[in-house]
Amino acid sequence: MIDFFKGKNAQEQEQLKVEKNEQEGFFSRLKKGLSKTKNDFINQVTTLFSSSGKINEDLFEQLEEILIQADVGVATTIKLIEELKERVKQDKISEAAELSSVFKEELSRLLQDEATGLDIKPGLNILMVVGVNGAGKTTTIAKIAQRYKSQGKQVLLAAGDTFRAAAIDQLKVWGERVGVNIIAQQEGADAAAVTFDAIQSARAREVELLIVDTAGRLHTQKNLMEELKKVRRIIEREAVAAQTQVLLVLDATTGQNAMNQAKIFNEAVNVDGIALTKLDGTAKGGIVIAIKNELGIPIKLIGVGEQAEDLQDFKPDEFIEALFSE
Amino acid sequence: MVFQNLAEKLQATFKKLRGKGKLTEKDVQAALKEVKLALLEADVNYKVVKDFVGKVQERAVGSTVMESLTPGQQVIKIVNDELTQLMGGSKSELEFAAKSPTILMLVGLQGAGKTTSVGKLGKYLQKQGKQPLLVAGDIYRPAAIKQLQILGERLAIPVFTMGDQKNPIDIAKAALSYATSNNHDLVILDTAGRLHIDQKMMDELKGIKAKINPDQILLVVDSMTGQDAVNVAQNFDQTLGIDGVILTKLDGDARGGAALSIKAVTGKPIKFVGMGEKMDALEAFHPDRMSSRILGMGDVLSLIEKAEANMDLQKALSLEEKLRQNEFTLEDFIEQMEQVRNMGPLDQILGMIPGIAGANQLKNLQVDEKQLDHIAAIINSMTPQERRSPEIINGSRRKRIARGSGTSIQEINRLLKQFKQTKKMMKQFSDMSNGKMKGLRKLPFFN
Ligand SMILES: Nc1nc2c(ncn2[C@@H]2O[C@H](COP(=O)(O)OP(=O)(O)OP(=O)(O)O)[C@@H](O)[C@H]2O)c(=O)[nH]1
Ligand SMILES: [Mg+2]
Repeated sequence: MIDFFKGKNAQEQEQLKVEKNEQEGFFSRLKKGLSKTKNDFINQVTTLFSSSGKINEDLFEQLEEILIQADVGVATTIKLIEELKERVKQDKISEAAELSSVFKEELSRLLQDEATGLDIKPGLNILMVVGVNGAGKTTTIAKIAQRYKSQGKQVLLAAGDTFRAAAIDQLKVWGERVGVNIIAQQEGADAAAVTFDAIQSARAREVELLIVDTAGRLHTQKNLMEELKKVRRIIEREAVAAQTQVLLVLDATTGQNAMNQAKIFNEAVNVDGIALTKLDGTAKGGIVIAIKNELGIPIKLIGVGEQAEDLQDFKPDEFIEALFSE
Repeated sequence: MVFQNLAEKLQATFKKLRGKGKLTEKDVQAALKEVKLALLEADVNYKVVKDFVGKVQERAVGSTVMESLTPGQQVIKIVNDELTQLMGGSKSELEFAAKSPTILMLVGLQGAGKTTSVGKLGKYLQKQGKQPLLVAGDIYRPAAIKQLQILGERLAIPVFTMGDQKNPIDIAKAALSYATSNNHDLVILDTAGRLHIDQKMMDELKGIKAKINPDQILLVVDSMTGQDAVNVAQNFDQTLGIDGVILTKLDGDARGGAALSIKAVTGKPIKFVGMGEKMDALEAFHPDRMSSRILGMGDVLSLIEKAEANMDLQKALSLEEKLRQNEFTLEDFIEQMEQVRNMGPLDQILGMIPGIAGANQLKNLQVDEKQLDHIAAIINSMTPQERRSPEIINGSRRKRIARGSGTSIQEINRLLKQFKQTKKMMKQFSDMSNGKMKGLRKLPFFN
């Protein structure tokens, strides 16, 4: 059973969205999405640096407090502060105000990565999207589909969440809204079989980007992680020539557990990058720093809202700049 | 992971005190720093941790703790007591309205698990004889209504929906009159996920509340939530006035520190926990279990209590003395073994030990009570002299003991070897720690 859905006035919708997008511009959208973060987190840091006069132990302690409250995590916080102290010693910094730019530099260095955003090559690209329940996988898929559709790419979605009630319908609605086709079977079907179907179909129709949705699962569920590996193996077997990437979707509201998620999903299916969602809501974006620091998995995309256009490439410098700017 | 075993860390912190004999305020502070880190690693909010540690500190420096024989364990106990206290003391039940129907309204952030929880609650309360009506009030997320309809169908519980074109306030109102005229004594309302800072969406919830006046508003919170949990809970509570919390996805490996933070800032109890995706995976909340989970220490409290009730302190102390003098014999060995067995079935006791509790390892750990009987039989078949100086047990003695105890020479060899190792290990332990609990973990049959 294969369903094809095509948005009625997708063309129109898209036009509207693109316009809206351009009006607001990348930077202002990002800033708007991150305004909470900025206020709560970086403002604290900035005032801390500018108001404290001479550098003392108290200052570092306050910084530690702010970082931990931003979900950076104890280990990364300690590391960051130690590095900062090292710099202070090396560069003989004595004014607290100077620390601000040093701290920015350190953060930026930590988050730097050559390839951000998604790397879409000519030919068939397959993006497998994984993550725990409710992280924002399906919505992120819709956002990515919207982005590449509007760039004129041929996009196809695979309804690989055959488990959660109405997950297939959810993806179908998005497919309709965004105006891309979707390959689906019935609830309870084998996710690997759906993926297989989708790959054949993608080939036949010269699709450039196939995005595979998967059911949310806790990383601790062994059998479900095995199922995920199976999907990954099917992709590898059936699409040897394709460029395959695995995107892990993480909810920015998540605390230290995000680290376990990243570790275990990575072990199972080899994660290429992270999409960090719901950054419009949480006051802190610190988990990004911890993940990059401890796991070295690059953050590729960020989600800053519930609409199809609320997706941005993760750009460390702009990200930090947006965090620090007034 | 780092603080998987807080109890062990605390013990290590206290080990330095052995020589000193007494606990100082500074020692307690060092230990509390470990507690603080463990709580932070578990995502308990920073401010909450600060307050908490202050409170424990006050209690812990009191003289009864400082002068006790096991100050380390006493401090752990205080931590656990305070944590359980903070988390709501005893479990909190749902309240039903005097006038039917009782209205429950579930609210929370996107992706927290509201819709699934609506289904689970429906099933949970249906089993208690209620006639629930589930109401599809999430008109925003694609296929959210369909999701609830499918769950209702599976559970054979009616679902009220008016599609996604009507406003949720009107839907809630209509659902209420439907419930009344169709003899439903319970209405459970699903709402769309929303950000606590989204004024427009929060106003919508206020509108629903004003219209239908729910008996209980339950905030659904993902147990993996980080430091932001307090902001979320505070905002929802201030805007709506929540009555309790459902903590979801606790079947994973999140420590669930959010639970503590939310209770601390709102004072509202955790009522239920979600333990899986199946519709029957909803449980009443147990504050005590949650506190040791947050600290990553298994059910240490019960273990300590059991040890206190069943192990003779005098004997334990004299054992330690013997260990230090290297006079620990097979007689002492069997005595200690009996003491441990007095505490209850071994697999249960093992389950309380940090690092083992809840882990799958427990399933692989063959706790063979029969093997213990064999050990007892072997030692009982020895002469007093043999028990005191096992090195005299030669080949012919081994044969005799095997016959006497109905075991094999191999078993006797194994026991003697284990005893030798244990003695060595226990010596090391007694050198570095003062805990009787510590010794438990290194008894031979725990390997
Ligand atoms: N505010 C905000 N909400 C988001 C974002 N991304 C996703 N969401 C919302 O989060 C909720 C869950 O998103 P889904 O895309 O269904 O998540 P999922 O990972 O596919 O969920 P399962 O398939 O059930 O595991 C939905 O209500 C989304 O609208 C974001 O960047 N910001
Ligand atoms: Mg999904």
